[in-house]
Amino acid sequence: MSPPAEAPEPLHRALGLTDDELASVVAVLGREPNRLELSLYSVMWSEHCSYKSSRVHLARLPTAGPAVLVGPGENAGVIDAGDGIAVAIRIESHNHPSAIEPHQGAATGVGGILRDIFTMGARPLAVMDPLFFGPLDEPRQRWLLEGVVGGIAAYGNSVGVPTVGGELTFDRCYGQNPLVNVLCMGALPVDRLVLGRASGRGNLAVLLGATTGRDGIGGVSVLASAGFSGDPGARDDAKRPSVQVGDPFEEKRLIEACLSLLDQGLVVGIQDLGGAGLACATSETAARGGVGMDVDVSAVPRRQEGMAPWEVMTSESQERMLAIVTPTDWPAVAEVCRRWEVRATVVGRVTDPETGPDGRPVGRLRVREGADGPVLADVPAASLAVDAPKYRRPMAPPADLDRRRAGEPSRLAGPSDWGADLRAMLADPSWVYRQYDHQLFLNTVEGPGGDAALLRLAGPGLPPSRRGVAVTTDSNPRWCSLDPRAGVAMVLAEALANLACVGARAVAVVNCLNFGNPEHPEVMWQLSETVDGLAGACSTFGLPVIGGNVSLYNESGGADIDPTPVLGTLGLVDRLAARPPGVGWREGSSLVLLGTRRSAGPDGPHPLAGSRWAAERRGVRTGALPPLDPGAHRRLVDLVAAVVGEGVAGGRPLLSGVHDVSGGGLAVTLAEMAVGAGSGARVWGLSGGAELFTELPSRMVAATEHPEELCARAVSAGVPAEVVGQSGGKRLAVDGLVDLEVAGLREGWRAALPAALGETA
Amino acid sequence: MAPRVGVVVFPGTNCEHDVVQAVTWLGGRAELVWHGSGDLGPVDAVVLPGGFAHGDYLRPGAIARFSPVMKAVERFAAAGGPVVGICNGFQVLTEAGLLPGALQKNRHLRFLCTTVGVRVVTSTSVVTGGVAPGTELRIPINHFLGSYVCDRATLARLQAEDRVVLRYVENLNGSVDDIAGIRNAAGNVVGLMPHPERACDPLLGSADGAVLLRSLLEAAASSRAA
Repeated sequence: MSPPAEAPEPLHRALGLTDDELASVVAVLGREPNRLELSLYSVMWSEHCSYKSSRVHLARLPTAGPAVLVGPGENAGVIDAGDGIAVAIRIESHNHPSAIEPHQGAATGVGGILRDIFTMGARPLAVMDPLFFGPLDEPRQRWLLEGVVGGIAAYGNSVGVPTVGGELTFDRCYGQNPLVNVLCMGALPVDRLVLGRASGRGNLAVLLGATTGRDGIGGVSVLASAGFSGDPGARDDAKRPSVQVGDPFEEKRLIEACLSLLDQGLVVGIQDLGGAGLACATSETAARGGVGMDVDVSAVPRRQEGMAPWEVMTSESQERMLAIVTPTDWPAVAEVCRRWEVRATVVGRVTDPETGPDGRPVGRLRVREGADGPVLADVPAASLAVDAPKYRRPMAPPADLDRRRAGEPSRLAGPSDWGADLRAMLADPSWVYRQYDHQLFLNTVEGPGGDAALLRLAGPGLPPSRRGVAVTTDSNPRWCSLDPRAGVAMVLAEALANLACVGARAVAVVNCLNFGNPEHPEVMWQLSETVDGLAGACSTFGLPVIGGNVSLYNESGGADIDPTPVLGTLGLVDRLAARPPGVGWREGSSLVLLGTRRSAGPDGPHPLAGSRWAAERRGVRTGALPPLDPGAHRRLVDLVAAVVGEGVAGGRPLLSGVHDVSGGGLAVTLAEMAVGAGSGARVWGLSGGAELFTELPSRMVAATEHPEELCARAVSAGVPAEVVGQSGGKRLAVDGLVDLEVAGLREGWRAALPAALGETA
Repeated sequence: MAPRVGVVVFPGTNCEHDVVQAVTWLGGRAELVWHGSGDLGPVDAVVLPGGFAHGDYLRPGAIARFSPVMKAVERFAAAGGPVVGICNGFQVLTEAGLLPGALQKNRHLRFLCTTVGVRVVTSTSVVTGGVAPGTELRIPINHFLGSYVCDRATLARLQAEDRVVLRYVENLNGSVDDIAGIRNAAGNVVGLMPHPERACDPLLGSADGAVLLRSLLEAAASSRAA
C-alpha cells in the first residue's frame, strides 16, 4: 500500500505506527528496521492484532474453571463437554470491513471464525451472528443489512456450517459504524485437540489453501485499527482494497483436508491465516513453540505478479492455513491435500532458537528469498507476536454521566395507547434467518428465533452422546451506555436466563468488546468498567471467560458507538431427548410470572431506565439501571433450567411455554409468546404501563397446566412466583392497558422487517 | 441384510453425513462414494445429497455432471437402480440429463431455509411407493436455486405421465406448477428440492420425511432382490 499522494508522511505513520512505536522497534532490533520489517511490526503491533490498549484490562477476567481445556490466547477456547467430546468456541468482529463492503466483509468474517475453530481440531458445527445497524429509514442501512445478511448466507450456506442464531439490533449509534460479530462453535473428540505452535528443528511450514494476492493488505492496521472519517465517499471508500474477498468452496475443501490431516495425526501444529496473514501465522506459531522459523517468501504461491515481499507477508488473502509437518509425513500430507484439491506448498522450516543477549533463547523469524537465499528480514518472533507495546491509556467517565443517570423516564406521562407502543416494538427476524441454512448436521433442536439455540452434541467423527449444547449471544447498548459495569452484568444475567429457557446450564463465556476510539478517555473508561463488570458477574456466577475479541475504533467523524460488549454463552444439557417448550403456550395454560416483581432501587418499583420503550418511543436514554440481585437471579435460572431440563430429558414437561423478560419488558415477552402460540391470553394485576415495559432483570413468564406444582417448586427454590394470566382466545389482553387481536399482532410482527426494507411480500 | 445406499460426495457437497445418519436411523446401511470413483461399489440405491458441488461454480451441477462417478450413476439408473437427488443432487440430475427441466433462482432472489408443506402427488416413484397420493408432509427446504422450470411440452408430459412426485402446498420459490419433485419415466430416478433427511426425527421438529426415505430403502431392497 502506498501512502496517499496528498499526505507525504513518514512510512511508519502511513503504516499505522506511532513515532514511539518506531523507537521501540529500533530498540528491539538494535538498528533501523527495513521496509519489510517495518511492515511486519505495523500489522502485528496494530490494535487489532496486539490488543495494545485493552490487554492491561483483559487480564482481570476470570479464565479458569474445572471444564476448561483451553482458555484465552489460543485460536479458540475449549471446554470438556463430557462423553469424550470437547467443545470449541470463539467470537470475532468484522465491523470495519463490513462498513466498507458489507457482503465480502461479513462473508470473510464467517470464513475467519471457522478457521479459528477447525485449527483446534474441531469440526465447525454452528455459527451465530449478532448484527447492529442504524435505523432502516436510511437507505445506507438497508444496503448494509442486505449486504451483510447476503454475505453471511452466501458464505455460511455454501461452506456447510449452519447459522443457528444471532441478534439484530437497530440503534442510531451504529449509523456510521455497523457491528458484525460472528461466533462459531465446534466439537472434537477430546484426544484430537491440537494447538497452534511450531516445534522440531527442520520441520516444515506448509502453506495450505488459496494463493496469496494483494487483497486485504493492511486490513488489521489501516482499516480495523482506525476510525472512519464519516465523510461519505472520501477516504473511507479508499480503504476498500483492504477488505478481503472470500471463497467458501476453497474453505470447504480446506476444512475437510485439515480435519483429515488432524484425524491421521499428520500435523505437529496448525494455525489459520487471518489478520496480518503470514506475518501473524509464522511469528505466532514460532513464538508459542519457543522456536524460530525461516520463511521462503519466493515459495508462496501468488495470484498476482510483481508482489513485493512485504505484500506477500502481510496479505490477508482468505482460506489459507499454515501447518507444521515433519519431513517424514510431508508426502502423506500432500496426498490428503491432493484428494481435496487443496494447494499445499512448503514455505518454510522450523529453526532452533538462538541465545539472546541475556542468555535466554530467542526464536528468530527470518524472511528469505529462496530457502537458503538472502535474508530479507530478521526479527525475534516473540517481538512481533507477544512483545507489542501495552498502553495504559487515560480514562475518564463521560462528563454528562451524573446528569444522564438522574433522569428516570418512568416519570414521563404514559401514551394514550400502550398497545400501539407495543405493536411498534415487534419485529420478526425470520427475514434474516430464513436466508441462513440453520439445520445442517441434523442437530438444530431449537434454532433462530428462540431464546437460545439448542443443538444435539453430535457431528461427523464424534463419539456418540445424548447430551445437548446450547448457545446464546446477548448484548444491550442501552443498558451499557448508562452503566457499562452494571449493564454487562445484566447482559450476562440475560444470557443465563436464555439458556435456562432451553434447559441448559451455562459453562463458559466468550466476549466481543465493541467500543469506540481508545484514545478517547471516556471510551477507555467504558472498556475498563465493562471488564470489571463482566469479571465480577462471571465470578459471581462461577463462569470462566475462555476467549474474546476486542474491536476498537468503532467511531466516525469523532463520534463513538455506545459501548457494546457482546457475550456468547455456552450451556450444556445432560440429556437431550425432547424439544424444549419454546416461546409460546398451549391454550388453557396458567401464565406464571417467575422472579422479582418490584425493583429494590431508589427509582420506584418499575423504572424504565435503559428500556426499549423509553429509547424507542420517547427518545429518552437516561436514568439509573435497576439493581441486579445475583442470588435471586441464580435461584431463578437454576429453577427454570431444572424444570425445563426434566422435560428435555424426556420427563413429563411441566411447562407448555417459557420466555425470559428482557428488551421491551413483559409487554414484548407476552406478545412474542402469543405470536409464537398463535393464540391469546388475559393478564391481570399489573400496576400500569411502567410495569409492562420495565426491563427489571431476573423475570420469566412460564405457561403451565399445573400452576400449583410450579408455584410450589418456585417457593421451595426461593423464587417469587405468581399466576398473572391465563392463555386462550384470540386476543392478548392486559387488564387496563392493552387489548390486541393476536392475528393482527402476528401480521404486524411478520411484516415489520420486510416493510422496513421496502418489500411487499 | 439391510439395503445399502451409496451417498455420493463431490467436493463442496455438505449434506452427505445427514443422509448417512437418516438412512442409518431408518435401518439402512449407507456408504460415502467419492466423486472421482468410476465405480459405485455394491450398492442397492444411490443418493446425490445436497450442498454446493464444486462450489456451484458456473451453475449448480454444471461441473459435477462431468465427475467420473456420474457415468457409474447413469449406468446404475439405466439398469433400473433407485437414484434420488436431493436439492443440489436434483440440480446435478437435471444437468446430467437424467431428469428434465432446470432449477432457477427463487422468486424473491433470496436463499430460503424453512419448513414447508408438500403434497405427495403419485405413488409411482422410488420415494413414494406405498405413500397415498394427497398425503401432506412438513419438510424443510434449503436452497437459493430451487425454482423448478421446464418448457410447456415437458410440463405437459410430466403431468400426463404422472411424473410429478411432490407439489408445494406453499410455493415459496416460484416453481412452475408448484413442483417440488419429479421422477423419470421409469420411476427409479427422482429429484426432490425438499430435504427428507432433515425431517426424520421429532426432536428436530418433523419426522414426515421418513416415509420418503423408507420407501427408498424398500425400493433398494427389492432392486437387490430383482
